[in-house]
Amino acid sequence: MQTLDMAEVALREMNATLHAQAETSNQTTWEILNPKGAHAIACGLDAPIEVTVKGSTGYYCGGMNKQATIHIKGSAGPGVAENMMSGTVVIEGDASQYAGATGHGGLLVIKGNASSRCGISMKGIDIVVHGNIGHMSAFMAQSGTLVVCGDAGEALGDSLYEARLFVRGSVKSLGADCIEKEMRPEHLALLADLLERAGATAKPEEFKRYGSARELYTFKIDNAY
Amino acid sequence: MTDPRNGAPRTTPIQSATFSNPVNAEIRRAAATGIYDIRGGGAKRKLPHFDDLLFLGASMSRYPLEGYREKCETSVTLGTRFAKTPIQLDIPVTIAGMSFGSLSAPAKEALGRGATLAGTSTTTGDGGMTKEERGHSNKLVYQYLPSRYGMNPDDLRRADAIEIVVGQGAKPGGGGMLLGQKISDRVAEMRNLPKGIDQRSACRHPDWTGPDDLEIKILELREITGWKVPIYIKVGGARPYFDTTLAVKAGADVVVLDGMQGGTAATQDVFIEHVGQPILACIGEAVRALQDLGLHREVQLVVSGGIRSGADVAKAMALGADAVSIGTAALIALGDNDPRWEAEYNALGTTAGAYDDWHEGQDPAGITTQDPELMRRFDPVEGGRRLNNYLRVMTLEAQTIARACGKNHLHNLEPEDLCALTMEAAAMAKIPLAGTDWYPGKPGTSY
Ligand SMILES: Cc1cc2nc3c(=O)[nH]c(=O)nc-3n(C[C@H](O)[C@H](O)[C@H](O)COP(=O)(O)O)c2cc1C
Repeated sequence: MQTLDMAEVALREMNATLHAQAETSNQTTWEILNPKGAHAIACGLDAPIEVTVKGSTGYYCGGMNKQATIHIKGSAGPGVAENMMSGTVVIEGDASQYAGATGHGGLLVIKGNASSRCGISMKGIDIVVHGNIGHMSAFMAQSGTLVVCGDAGEALGDSLYEARLFVRGSVKSLGADCIEKEMRPEHLALLADLLERAGATAKPEEFKRYGSARELYTFKIDNAY
Repeated sequence: MTDPRNGAPRTTPIQSATFSNPVNAEIRRAAATGIYDIRGGGAKRKLPHFDDLLFLGASMSRYPLEGYREKCETSVTLGTRFAKTPIQLDIPVTIAGMSFGSLSAPAKEALGRGATLAGTSTTTGDGGMTKEERGHSNKLVYQYLPSRYGMNPDDLRRADAIEIVVGQGAKPGGGGMLLGQKISDRVAEMRNLPKGIDQRSACRHPDWTGPDDLEIKILELREITGWKVPIYIKVGGARPYFDTTLAVKAGADVVVLDGMQGGTAATQDVFIEHVGQPILACIGEAVRALQDLGLHREVQLVVSGGIRSGADVAKAMALGADAVSIGTAALIALGDNDPRWEAEYNALGTTAGAYDDWHEGQDPAGITTQDPELMRRFDPVEGGRRLNNYLRVMTLEAQTIARACGKNHLHNLEPEDLCALTMEAAAMAKIPLAGTDWYPGKPGTSY
């Protein structure tokens, strides 16, 4: 275990050290101390390393992550794991706005609640939130899966494309073109797998599925009445 | 004019300037279809522009340089503020970001080829980076757009600069559109979307909202790219003084400012023609913002929107820009709207020079299309050759003017080299009206 104490090591040096971990490195576990809400911690990683952040982070922690596993032992600021490509990011506490925004792959687990715009514009990432999510979540979400064990705020899945949304609790309102859909066996299997990987105890049968009505997929060129 | 029924004199029928034939035709089209007009290109209306400025040239009080022999430098360095490796260009004319999707892959390749031959940069666009354009572009600027289509850290690190797109001159405040006809398998895959849908690109970034957030976003991008490459911020010509100030505050190395004449791949006509300011009105304000911050020339200013010739380049630079960028003109150089395809333009209900239904993907010239048959008409090597020629001509023209003004570097052109032909241009560019030492709003005058 290698330790980077942000009370002593500057952000640039810390990220540069983590970026330098090639796939062959045997320094595979790292611990970051005293994050104190700093921004851009452990962003742009591209190696199968494990990083544990001991505390809460500012904006864009784990941004554009590839391969790495990042544990945040606290809460995360806006844009955590934004545009993640692969790997895993786990947040013990809550996540602020835009968690997992535009993510292309990997798994984001939020053990507390997530704020507004969780999974906005997601492009393949899987997100599991143990608690609730805020308004405008999964806005323009393109693909991937968002699982919410609690409730969802207003305008869930507005202008949704092919992303799959599962909510166990209530949904305050659905956004434009987002509808409830039938839960089929393949969805239950998908959910079971994600819940297990995310360490959530909820049962797949307790969820409802939401997806795109696909009504906004074409501009109605012949719009004439 | 006489009444044909009885030979009595009568008034000549007069067409309304307000309800002109094109206006009425548009009303009829809207009434018939119920949908607004979507098109490509920039504003078509006449606007105050670089044509309304003239150079004074050297005379008794200024000493010209010899037209062909004396040195007149054209190089420019972009991104000197924070980036470890700024971009060095031989000429101050860059190729603007145009999306793969709106343009075919061979057209993108041709832009890279031409720009590389001419010693300048080209830019990706919405939809991500193609290997063709990376491979053929010596200096490639990677756009970071609200949609984040195809955005990934590998391409980000392959880029020579990053351009965060906040807005475009053709549609400040608007997102993008790419209609189903152009969502081929490859485009769909790069954008992670179902094939054939009418795609919308968001108008706002998904993970930051204002300049304070953007400052942190820039920190993240710099951390991911090791502080090596310059970060540009592109804005449409909306509130250039404040937009420039805030872009600089957010940490931009370069501000890219695109006036309302700037082209787009596809947007509502009403947006193109009615939102934003002409570039002539924007440059001075952006320069003033940089000067007020004490950062003119340290944060470079790249301007675009209707730039066509070396004269336009020289005028933009005399107003204080460090470089310009071109979209529409580059496409025309490649062969867009060429009269050689007139019969086919006619078959599409239009004519060469007016063809702007780029979103339909039926471009006879094979440039703004994803149709394999049409794409085959376009040769990227020949396209690159033509673009290089055109860029060279623009550079020679700008040098000719600079030498005539006694300048041994295009950057030495200055507002004092200019006069304005119209009151509007004088007021917008803050350049004296020809024959006077005055422009409307000049400090110390009461007008
Ligand atoms: C076909 C086409 C596609 C464009 N795509 C983009 C884009 O993806 N991103 C962007 O910021 N601007 C885009 N633009 C705008 C250009 O980057 C640039 O601002 C504009 O073309 C400059 O004005 P000009 O066309 O008069 O030279 C596009 C323009 C055209 C003509």
